[in-house]
Amino acid sequence: MAEVFVAKVDEFPDGERRIVSSGTHEIGVFHWQGQFYAYANMCLHQGGPACEGVIMHKVEDVIGPDRTWVGQKFSDERVHFVCPWHGYEYDIKTGECAADKRLRLKKYNVVRRGEEIYVSV
Amino acid sequence: MELPLSENRRMKVDEFDSGKMLTHAARQAKDRNYKDFPIVDVDSHHYELESFNEILEYMTDPVMRQLAQSANAGNSKGVGVMPGGVGYQDMGGRVTRYPLRRIEKPEPGAHRDVSLTRRWMDAMGVDVAVMFPSPMLQLGLHPQVEAEVALAWAYNRWLCERVLAEEPRIRSMLYLPFNDPEASFRMVKEFAGKKGVVGFMVTSARHRPVHHNSYMKVYAAIEELGLPLAFHAGYNWNEQSMALMNKFISVHAIGFVFHNMVHMTNWVLNGIPERFPKLKVIWIESGLAWLPFMIQRLDNEYMMRSSECPALKKLPGEYITEMFYTSQPMEMPRDMSLLESTFKCIKAESQLLYSSDYPHWDFDLPSTIYDLPFLKDKAKRDILGGNACKLFKLGLGGQKLAKVA
Repeated sequence: MAEVFVAKVDEFPDGERRIVSSGTHEIGVFHWQGQFYAYANMCLHQGGPACEGVIMHKVEDVIGPDRTWVGQKFSDERVHFVCPWHGYEYDIKTGECAADKRLRLKKYNVVRRGEEIYVSV
Repeated sequence: MELPLSENRRMKVDEFDSGKMLTHAARQAKDRNYKDFPIVDVDSHHYELESFNEILEYMTDPVMRQLAQSANAGNSKGVGVMPGGVGYQDMGGRVTRYPLRRIEKPEPGAHRDVSLTRRWMDAMGVDVAVMFPSPMLQLGLHPQVEAEVALAWAYNRWLCERVLAEEPRIRSMLYLPFNDPEASFRMVKEFAGKKGVVGFMVTSARHRPVHHNSYMKVYAAIEELGLPLAFHAGYNWNEQSMALMNKFISVHAIGFVFHNMVHMTNWVLNGIPERFPKLKVIWIESGLAWLPFMIQRLDNEYMMRSSECPALKKLPGEYITEMFYTSQPMEMPRDMSLLESTFKCIKAESQLLYSSDYPHWDFDLPSTIYDLPFLKDKAKRDILGGNACKLFKLGLGGQKLAKVA
C-alpha cells in the first residue's frame, strides 16, 4: 500500500485541512483537536469537493424538560465538514453523512512518521 | 476575506475562482464525453445587483432612477428598492460561493457577468445558458407596479446591450413586469428579435391571476412570435400560509412549487392552452415531483366537475404533458422507480429541458440527467440539449461551444 505525503506536522495547524492526490485518489486530510482524519474528496451527492468546504460544529436543537423548543446551539462534540457545492455535511471523525448515516465517505488511514503526516492509498 | 464559522472561528480565503471550484464538474464533463453533444442549460442565474449601477443608467424615469441610485449607494446593494428580505440561500456560508463570489475576478476586458458565466459553463460542459436574474425573482412582489415596470425595463435594456450582445452563448427569456399587462405587452413588442432573446419570463411569486383577460394580448403577441413563455418559480416568505413555516428549508421546498401550482391550475382549467394552442409554455425550477400530483389531482376532480371547465377538450393532465419543464431541482428519491415513473408521466423524453440553476445553492450538474440508469442515450442527449435546441430554434447544428478538456 502506497503512502502519500500530506504535510509536516508543524506546517499543518489544528483546525486546518490539506488536499492531496495520488493517481485517481483525491483525499482531504483534516487536523482536528490533535487527531488526523482522511476522506475521499468526492461528495456522495453530485461529486463535489466534499472536503474543501467549511468546518462547522453540528447545529442542535435545545429542547426543554417540558419538551418545548428552547432554541439552537452548536454542538460541543460533533463537528462536520461541509461540501461547498450544496451543503452536504459529514462527521469529521467518521465520514458519516449527517443527513443520512447510511451514507459514508471512503476513509483513508493516516500515518504519522516522526514529524510528517502521510495517508495510505 | 474571512468566513465566519461556528464557535467564533474564521476561515481565511484569499481568492475564489468558479472554474477551480468546479474542477470535479469539468472531470465529469470529460469522463462522460460531453464534447460529443450540445448541452443547453435552460435556467441559470447571475446576480444583477452586482451591476445595479450600470442597470440604473438605463432607467428612463429620472425620479425613480435617482431613488434607486440613492438606495444603491455605498454597500447597501439596492436595499429599499428591491423587494426581498429574509432568506438564507447560502446556508450560513456553508455554500461558500455565495460569500466568495465577492472576491472572484473576471477576465480582463470581459463584462463580469459574461466572464463568470463562461467560466462555469465551460467547467460543466454547457454550450448555451439561458440566464435569469436572482433578486429580481422577487420583483413581482414590489408594492409599486411602476417600480416593477421601471426596473424590468432598465434590466432588460442593460441585459440585451451589455451581456447578450457580448456573448452569444448566453441567452435569456426576458422578465415581463406582469403586474402591468400593458407594459408587458409593450415589452414583448420592444424586445422580440433582439440578439439573445429566446422568449419571455414571468416570475411566479406574485398575486395576479394568469387567466385574467388583460393578459390575452400578451399571450397572443408571444404566440405570434413563436417564442416560449416561461413561469419561473420563487418563494415568498411573507405569503400568509408560508409565514406559518419557521425554516428556510420549509419555505423553499414548498414555496418554489406553490406559486407554480396555482398558476398552472388557473392556466389549464381556464382553457388558456385551447385559446393559444401554439403558445409554448415552460415551467421553471419547481422540480418534477409536483407534476404527477397535479396531473392526478386535476384529472380526478375534472372528471366530476367538468361543467366548471367548459373550455377544456381533454383532461387537464393531457395539457400538462404538452408543456415543457426544466429539470432542476430534480428530486432524487431513494426509490428511483418514483423518478422513472415521473419521467414517463410527464413525457420527459420530449418535454424535459436540463437546467442547472447555477450558481444557486441547489444547482444540478448535467450528470444528474446523464447518469440516470433508466434513460437511453438519445433521451439523455435530448433532455440535456436536443429538446432545448428545437424549442428555442438554437441552430447549433451539433457544434460544441463549451471548452471541454
